[in-house]
Amino acid sequence: MSNDAPRMEALKADLKHEARKLKLDFNQLKSGGFVKQTQKDLFTVRLRCPGGMLRPEQLQTAARIAEKYGQGQIHLSVRQSVEIPYVDYKHFDDVGKELAAVKWSVASCGPRIRVPTACAGCSYNPNGLTDTQALCAEVDRRFFGTETGHHKFKISFSGCPIDCFRTREMDLGFQGMLEPELDEALCNGCGLCVKGCEENALVMEGELPRRDLVRCNFCGDCVKVCPVDAMLAKRSGWLARVGGKHGKHPLFAYEVAQFLSEEQVCSLVEKTVDWYRENGEGRERIGASIVRHGLGKYMEAVVRPLGMEAVETSAARRRYWSGGNFYE
Amino acid sequence: MSSEISETNLLDLRGVLCPMNWVRTKLALEELPEGDTLDVILDDGEPMRNVPRSAKGEGHRILQVQEQKDGAYRLTIRSGST
Repeated sequence: MSNDAPRMEALKADLKHEARKLKLDFNQLKSGGFVKQTQKDLFTVRLRCPGGMLRPEQLQTAARIAEKYGQGQIHLSVRQSVEIPYVDYKHFDDVGKELAAVKWSVASCGPRIRVPTACAGCSYNPNGLTDTQALCAEVDRRFFGTETGHHKFKISFSGCPIDCFRTREMDLGFQGMLEPELDEALCNGCGLCVKGCEENALVMEGELPRRDLVRCNFCGDCVKVCPVDAMLAKRSGWLARVGGKHGKHPLFAYEVAQFLSEEQVCSLVEKTVDWYRENGEGRERIGASIVRHGLGKYMEAVVRPLGMEAVETSAARRRYWSGGNFYE
Repeated sequence: MSSEISETNLLDLRGVLCPMNWVRTKLALEELPEGDTLDVILDDGEPMRNVPRSAKGEGHRILQVQEQKDGAYRLTIRSGST
């Protein structure tokens, strides 16, 4: 029996080695967008679709992969990814080659910046104020896959305050906004802007509309309806929200800065993830880090040094929400 | 039918819901030579929020807005090039 002891040790070491190798591979697979399924050896291949925008040849490739290597199913994830379930890991190389042929790749999982999501924005949605698709593509190009050191990091873009892309539930969310300004000389007093304002932020005072600066949520509807172009865009840009999440314990994000340029959005992404990396703890999301440290610490370390137009007080945030379970 | 275009290019769209009120306005405007006007009567609320904006978005011009006795609105729209 004593002769077996070294053999057993060697065997154990081998197993450990194998297991470690396997675990490492699985981690790599996960970071690369292969998601382990309930079924043995089967994975869901999550494809990288920033802003949910696809070229026809990509869709054709996804269809082919699903038929050849999956079970003929394609799932659309809640974050705009095309996912192909039931792919055996033995086919990963083949799948990779098919994707590369149409310049496509898998998405990511794990503690890193995920593929950003976005609505159509102003490119063809009549409500859109900003070019969500262009900025989403840029943020994806610059930040996709960045390690956070803690947990996942989700970014989303909505082109207007209707916020179809749920920027309040994101680690970082950016929403289009527009500040109107009336050219009194051009205004003919028709009142259509007052009718068009869902916030009741405009009232006629004599012949001219007057804007309630507290109620206006910068949706731009008054500019879009004005028949004589008297209501114009004084400026437009991005409202930034930080610290939102869904999951078992949802958090609604804080508005932290407004009227940002595209470049400022990118700076905020970079600095926010740096802050999270340094100040996060374990596997908490940035929303939890902000709760722990206090929003003031985040503002002081990230927003103010960047010289942005900060949203500092609850009163300043109030125009952007209506209340509910998530607010005190 | 009250919603037919009469001699004076009037379209009464009271009681017609979005987006059908806009569809009918649009069809009527497209029938007109560029520069001619069409009057539409719209209910207050959603129709007044949507139809004027759609008209502007498609290159037409709203010349006049008149409140009616019943609270509806009469818009005079000049057909633009679409």
